Amino acid sequence: MNTTRMTVAKAMTECLKAEGISTVFGYPGAAICPFYDELYNTDIRHILVRHEVNGGHAASGYARISGKPAVAIATSGPGALNLITAIATAYMDSIPMVIITGQVNTEQIGRDVFQEADITGSAEPFVKHSYLLKNPEDTARVFKEAFYIAGSGRRGPVLIDIPYDVQKAEIDFAYPETIDIRSYRPSTYGNGQQIKRAITAMEQAVRPLICAGGGLFTGDGASLMRRFAEVNDIPVVSTMMGLGAMPTDNPRYYGMLGMHGCKSANYAVNHCDTLILLGARVGDRAISAMEARSDLTVIHIDIDPAEIGKNLAVDIPIVGDLTAVLGQLIEACGVPTEHSAWKNELDAMRSDDKVTPAKDGYINPKQFMRILDKALPDNSVVVADVGQNQIWAAANITFHGGRFLTSGGMGTMGYSIPAAIGAKAASPDKEVIAICGDGSFQMQMMELATAIQHDINIKVIVMRNNYLGMVRELQEKGYDNRLTAVSLDGSPRYTKIAEAYGIEAALVDSPEAAETAVKQLISSDRPFLIEVSVEEHEKTIL
Amino acid sequence: MKHTISVLVENNAGVLARIAGLFARRGFNIDSLAVGVTDDERVSRITIVADGSDYTLEQIEKQLNKLIDVIKVKTLKNDTSISRELVLIKVGCSSRQRAEIMSIAEIAHAKISDISNTTITLELSDSKDNLANYEELLRPYGIKEIVRTGTIAIQKGEAAVRV
Repeated sequence: MNTTRMTVAKAMTECLKAEGISTVFGYPGAAICPFYDELYNTDIRHILVRHEVNGGHAASGYARISGKPAVAIATSGPGALNLITAIATAYMDSIPMVIITGQVNTEQIGRDVFQEADITGSAEPFVKHSYLLKNPEDTARVFKEAFYIAGSGRRGPVLIDIPYDVQKAEIDFAYPETIDIRSYRPSTYGNGQQIKRAITAMEQAVRPLICAGGGLFTGDGASLMRRFAEVNDIPVVSTMMGLGAMPTDNPRYYGMLGMHGCKSANYAVNHCDTLILLGARVGDRAISAMEARSDLTVIHIDIDPAEIGKNLAVDIPIVGDLTAVLGQLIEACGVPTEHSAWKNELDAMRSDDKVTPAKDGYINPKQFMRILDKALPDNSVVVADVGQNQIWAAANITFHGGRFLTSGGMGTMGYSIPAAIGAKAASPDKEVIAICGDGSFQMQMMELATAIQHDINIKVIVMRNNYLGMVRELQEKGYDNRLTAVSLDGSPRYTKIAEAYGIEAALVDSPEAAETAVKQLISSDRPFLIEVSVEEHEKTIL
Repeated sequence: MKHTISVLVENNAGVLARIAGLFARRGFNIDSLAVGVTDDERVSRITIVADGSDYTLEQIEKQLNKLIDVIKVKTLKNDTSISRELVLIKVGCSSRQRAEIMSIAEIAHAKISDISNTTITLELSDSKDNLANYEELLRPYGIKEIVRTGTIAIQKGEAAVRV
């Protein structure tokens, strides 16, 4: 291989270019300056966030839309530590990311010098893998491995921590074309014997059900799942992470399951005789509404063997890449089946969640979501935060080829705006909407500046009820209505905050105002913020 | 139930911390842990004795396999493997007691590693159960210190856990 003499810092940028990275998210500091100095010489777009954690979330949003590992950068010590929540959020939702952090000089490691933190140690529980790059000669191999590990198998974040002196060292650089990690060979195709067993079980099933999870968004998973469901006439329910894999108006779709799911989906899960889990890790919030049963055949298809049988006993485990396994299943299917009686039974469980109008000066949040939903183009990306806003969005936004991004596993507040910035950077032609509450907005509003600075025209919805509403609901129900530390008194007027950032904004306090504001929001080619006035004691669970 | 797990890992910095951390955060209990390099110096073997149900064991194996540095994981069965632990036991020993203790050592196939006017140090390698027996035999003389290595284990016959 032909090598070129250069600094590690320059080699790092060469690695990024070789991986096709055109946009990175980060926040500089002393220990990562050699790398930033080399970034100056490249065409790589650097999006400066206003807090490191948001660089991580933005990379997450970017990765979820591009389908490839995205890059977040921070300096040593506090910069790196601020990224941990974003790393953990990505880890829980299997989002491919490569995180680059600066570190103090190699010989100073362990001496508690200025801005030193053991980031590989601190982040260990939340990374798929990590490297402390001490030997400059390892640079190319480590980057190649990091991108490969992050973007293959069960996706996840990989951390590369690089000391300052290593970044300044000179090496003979060439980016490797091939890769071989003997201890990491994720499976692709499912075991033939198990595929046969799954087909037999499906043929015998009278009440089969597909549970679509977030894993379907890798490769062609979602479209193959739709074909698989169609060929075998199998009803589909979705986890929160799987929302959008099945179009909402598909007659075989019965909605989101779980604690905050709908009646038809939870009925389906509790009355099916064969449950086919596709890229769903059976999280506790998803199956909390599921009753223990002995007469159920569970087929679990997942890339990660450790997820199979972890939270639910499984009869037929299939480990493999969903695109490959669904291909195998579709090929192995015999005569198309049909399940009209089962579908009729489920259709009877569909309920039209009626919206009661709010009192004057407010709008029912469900009604607002539906007005917004009607106006959204089909391929829009909706990024929901965590809390009541997330539940209202998940239950009322419909999908026709668009995407729904949220922090499903970790439930990280403050995810939506930075993730929307990342998603918009990855797909500038799509409408990208961040939906948050007044609690989560105040955790991330500094990122409005990022959007403005980098011309990233995201739209922001703030559902304002002056409460940490989800926690308040818990206190109302489980703590005898003793409301503790959930009032957001003292909060600003959010339209004014937007105005201060030079962002056009509208206050919505009636259905009529909603129609007008949503139209403005969609037609604007600049960032736009809507503050939605929600009655203080509005609930998610009725 | 006790399980003996033989784990081959890349001999990289931090790999032991990753494994120990995994056990701690997932609530798996480690009874003992022994680490040493294999015939290939790039590969280390970690032998872990863990306590838990079959479900726990399955999770331990799967979660270990997810670590990138882990090359191979194998749970060894009691009846098809040999397990050993090395122990150094220092007991109080006057010159009058020396013969007595040395006869116990002989039965236990222990080596006398060190001797002084007031102590004797025995070196024993055996299964955990046998070691416990000898410990009881020596207890009346006054155990001053015990140092154990943790269990290591190997399969009987041709079977081997190799890269």
